[in-house]
Amino acid sequence: MATMTDPPSEGFRISQLIYDTRYRSITIQVVAFILIMAGLVWLVDNTIHNLSVLGKDFNFGFLGQRSGYDINQRLVEYSNNSTHGRAALVGILNTLLVAVLGCITATVLGVIAGVLRLSNNWVISKLMTVYVEGFRNIPLLLWIIVIFAVMTEGTPQPRDFREGGTASMIAFESVAVSNRGIYIPNIVFTRSLGGNETAEVDGATQVVPAAAPVDWFLVLALIVGGVFVARFIERKATATQEATGVRPPGTFWKKLGVIVLPTLILFVILGATLDVPRIGGFNFTGGIQLRNSLIALWFALSLYTGAFIAEIVRGGILAVSKGQTEAAFALGLRPSRTMNLVILPQAMRVIIPPLISQYLNLTKNSSLAIAVGYMDVRSTLGGITINQTGRELEGMLLLGLFYLVTSLVISGALNLYNNSVKLKER
Amino acid sequence: MSETHAHSAAYVRREMLPQEAPPALETGAVKWLRENLFSSWLNGILTVVSLAFIWLVLSSILPWVVQGIWNAESLSECREIRDQLYGEGHEVACWAVLGDRWRQLLFGFYPPEHYWRVVLALVVFLAAIAPVLFESLPRKMLILTPLAPFIIFFLLWGGTIWGPLAVLLGFVIGWAIFTYGSPVVGNLGGTVLAILVPILYWLFIAGPIASGLGAILPIGLEFVASDEFGGFMLSFVIGIAGIVLSLPIGIFLALGRQSDLFIINKFSVIFIEVIRGVPLIVWLFTASLLLNYFLPPGTNFDLMLRVIIMVTLFSSAYIAEVIRGGLAALPRGQYEGADSLGLDYWQSMRLIILPQALKISIPGIVSTFIGLFKDTTLVVFIGLLDPIGFSNAIRASTEWNGIYWELFIFIGLCFFVCCFGMSRYSQYLERKLRTDHR
Repeated sequence: MATMTDPPSEGFRISQLIYDTRYRSITIQVVAFILIMAGLVWLVDNTIHNLSVLGKDFNFGFLGQRSGYDINQRLVEYSNNSTHGRAALVGILNTLLVAVLGCITATVLGVIAGVLRLSNNWVISKLMTVYVEGFRNIPLLLWIIVIFAVMTEGTPQPRDFREGGTASMIAFESVAVSNRGIYIPNIVFTRSLGGNETAEVDGATQVVPAAAPVDWFLVLALIVGGVFVARFIERKATATQEATGVRPPGTFWKKLGVIVLPTLILFVILGATLDVPRIGGFNFTGGIQLRNSLIALWFALSLYTGAFIAEIVRGGILAVSKGQTEAAFALGLRPSRTMNLVILPQAMRVIIPPLISQYLNLTKNSSLAIAVGYMDVRSTLGGITINQTGRELEGMLLLGLFYLVTSLVISGALNLYNNSVKLKER
Repeated sequence: MSETHAHSAAYVRREMLPQEAPPALETGAVKWLRENLFSSWLNGILTVVSLAFIWLVLSSILPWVVQGIWNAESLSECREIRDQLYGEGHEVACWAVLGDRWRQLLFGFYPPEHYWRVVLALVVFLAAIAPVLFESLPRKMLILTPLAPFIIFFLLWGGTIWGPLAVLLGFVIGWAIFTYGSPVVGNLGGTVLAILVPILYWLFIAGPIASGLGAILPIGLEFVASDEFGGFMLSFVIGIAGIVLSLPIGIFLALGRQSDLFIINKFSVIFIEVIRGVPLIVWLFTASLLLNYFLPPGTNFDLMLRVIIMVTLFSSAYIAEVIRGGLAALPRGQYEGADSLGLDYWQSMRLIILPQALKISIPGIVSTFIGLFKDTTLVVFIGLLDPIGFSNAIRASTEWNGIYWELFIFIGLCFFVCCFGMSRYSQYLERKLRTDHR
C-alpha cells in the first residue's frame, strides 16, 4: 500500500462514464431509466389517445351503478339491483371461499399421498405414484372439465330420488349426490339470535329454525377462544413436564374439551337442529346445495394441487437424513412417533417455502372457474361487469390488483410463519 | 484353559453341515410379499383395500375401453352397433369419434392438403432440438438449430420465403458487426452497434427487401392464416415458442434481480412480482381485450402472436425466480473466485456462474416448462381452438352430441405423454450433470 502512487490528477473525461467502473454503473442505470420511462410514457400516451378516440374516460364510477345480473352462489346479500361493486365483492368472496376450501383439502391430500408414496407397501406407493404423475402431467383445466362432466353426466337427476326412484341418498338419508349438485344437511337454530319466524303446521304453531350470521359468529368466537385456552394449557403442560419430567395426565382431553364443550353447550342453548334436504317435486328443499361448479372446481383444484404438495412433502421427508430415523428407532420410538416428533418437524422447514407457492398457485388457478361457470371475481368483475359497462381497462386493472394484493398478503403471512419455524442459526 | 476344555469336551464337530435352504418364509415371492405388502396388520389391510380399489376401477373401466367401437359415423350409429354386439344398456367406449375427428384434434382447421408442412415442421423441430438435448449426437446437427425457427415459421405460415430470409439476414448483420466491428470500435461499441443496426434494419429495410424480392422471385408456399391453426398443433406452437423465448428473458430477469444496480434491480423485482401475482387467464384477457389500448391506434396484430407474447412474459417471470434460486444457491466463493480471476461481469456470468446456476435449476426450469405447456389449454377462453376447445366443438356437432370421456381420455393421454416425457428428460439430465461423488 505504501508503494502506491497517487492517482493521476486529471480532470473528469467523458469516456470515464463508460470505461471507469466508478461511473459506469450510473451510466447504465441512467440509460436504463430513460429507456424504461420512455417505454412507459409511450404506453400511457397511446392509452390516453386510444381512450379519447373511443370517447371513453377513465373512472371507476361504474362500481356504484346497478349491476342488473344475478349470481347463483353468494355468501353475502346480493340481488340484481345491487351495484357492480357489490357484485365484485360477491365474486371476491367466492374466489376466497374456493381458495380456502381448496388449500385445506389439498394439504390433507398432499400430506397423505406424500407420506404414503414413501411407504414400504409396494401397492400403496405405486398407487400414489400413479395419482401424483397423473395429476401433475395433465392440465388442470382438463381435470376441472372432467370432474364437472362426472358430476353432471354421471349422477342421477333429483327426480330419481323420489319414492320408487332409482337413486337413494347416502349417509343416513342426509346427503344427496345429484346432477344439480350435492345436497348436504345444514345446521339451523330453533332459538336463533337473529329471531325465528313461526309457521302453522297441522294446526299447531311451530318455530321455523333459522340461522343468522350472529349465531355463527358466536360459534366461531367460542372455537377461537377455545383454541387460545388450549394453547395456554399446552404451554403449561410443557412447562410442568420440563420442570418435573412428568406430563400432567389428560392434557390432550383437556385441550379438546375447552374447544368442543363450550361450542356444544352453545349449540344446545341455541337449539341446533339439522335441516336435512328432502325431495319435493322435481328438486330438493332444505339443506345446503353445493353446486356442481363449486364441487368440480374445488375437487379438481384440491386433487391437482394435492399432487404437487405430495411431491413437496416427499422431497421434504427425503431431505431429512436417514440417521435421524435410525437415531429415533435406537431411542425406542415407534414409527408413528418417529414421524411426528422427529421427521416431520425437520421436514417442515424444507416443505413450507414451496408449500406457500402452491397455495398461491391454487388461489390463482381458481380463476379457471370460468370453465364451469362458477361466479368468482373474474366472472363477475372481470366478466359480466366488463361486458355490461364496457370498462375493460378499469375492470381488468381492479381484477389484476385484487389478485396481486391477495398473492402478496398470502405470501407475506406465510413468510412470517416460515420465519418463525425456520432453523435459527447463529 | 482351552486345552482342558478340548480334553473334557464330549463332542467336537469335525466337518461343516451342508447349507440349509433358507426358510420358505424368507425367500422368493413369499418374502417379497411379506416385506412389501404384509409387513404389519395395518399394511396388510392397506394392501387389501387398495387392491380392491384397483380391481373396482379396472373392472369397470377396462371392458369399457377394450370393447370400444372403432368404426362408426356418429354416436347414434355407435350405440346401434353396441346394442347389436353387447345388448342394450352395456356401456362401451365409442372410439370412432377419434377416427372421425382426429384431424381437427391434431391440426385444427389447417388445410388438409398442407398437413405435410406441419409434420415436416415437427420433424425439423425434433432434429434441431435433438443435438441440444443429447450430447452423444453428432455436433454437426447443431448447424440446423439456429436456422430451425425460420424454417418452421416458413413451413407453418407459408407465404413468401423472402420474409424469414430477410429477418434471418438481420441476425447475420448483427453477428458480422459484432465479430468484425468490435476490433475497430471496441467491445462496447461493437455490442451496441450489433444490437442497434439490426433493429433499424428490421424496422425500415427488411420489409421492402422481402416484398421486393418476393415480387421478382415469387418462391413460397401457400399462406395459412393463424386462425386456421388449432388442436394440438396450436398447443405445440404456443408452448414451444413460449419455452424457447422465455428462457433467455428469464435469465436476464434473474440477473437483473440479483444485480447491484438499483434501478435495474427494482424494475426486475416489480416486473416479476406483478406478472407472478396475477393469474395467466387475466393476462390472456388483457392480451385480447386491452392490448389495443396500449399500442398506437391502428395497430392490430394476430391474436395468436399476442398470446405467445403473454405466455412468454408470464413464464419468463417464473423462470427468473427459479434461476434466481440457482444463483442464490451458489457459494459466494464462486463469485469471488470469478472476480479474482479478473473476469468482467458478463465473462464471469457466462463462464463461471450461469453454467452452475442453470445446472442447479434444471428441475425447476423443466417443471416451469411443463406448466407452460399445460397452460396453453387456457387459450380456449379467448377464442383460440386448442384440443379442449375442439372437444367442445365436436360435442356441439349433431353427430357426436353427448360424447365426453373418449375425447377427454385422448387429450389427457397426449398431454401426459408430452409432460411425462419432459419430466423424465429432466431427471436424466440431472443424473448426467451430477458431478459430485455419491
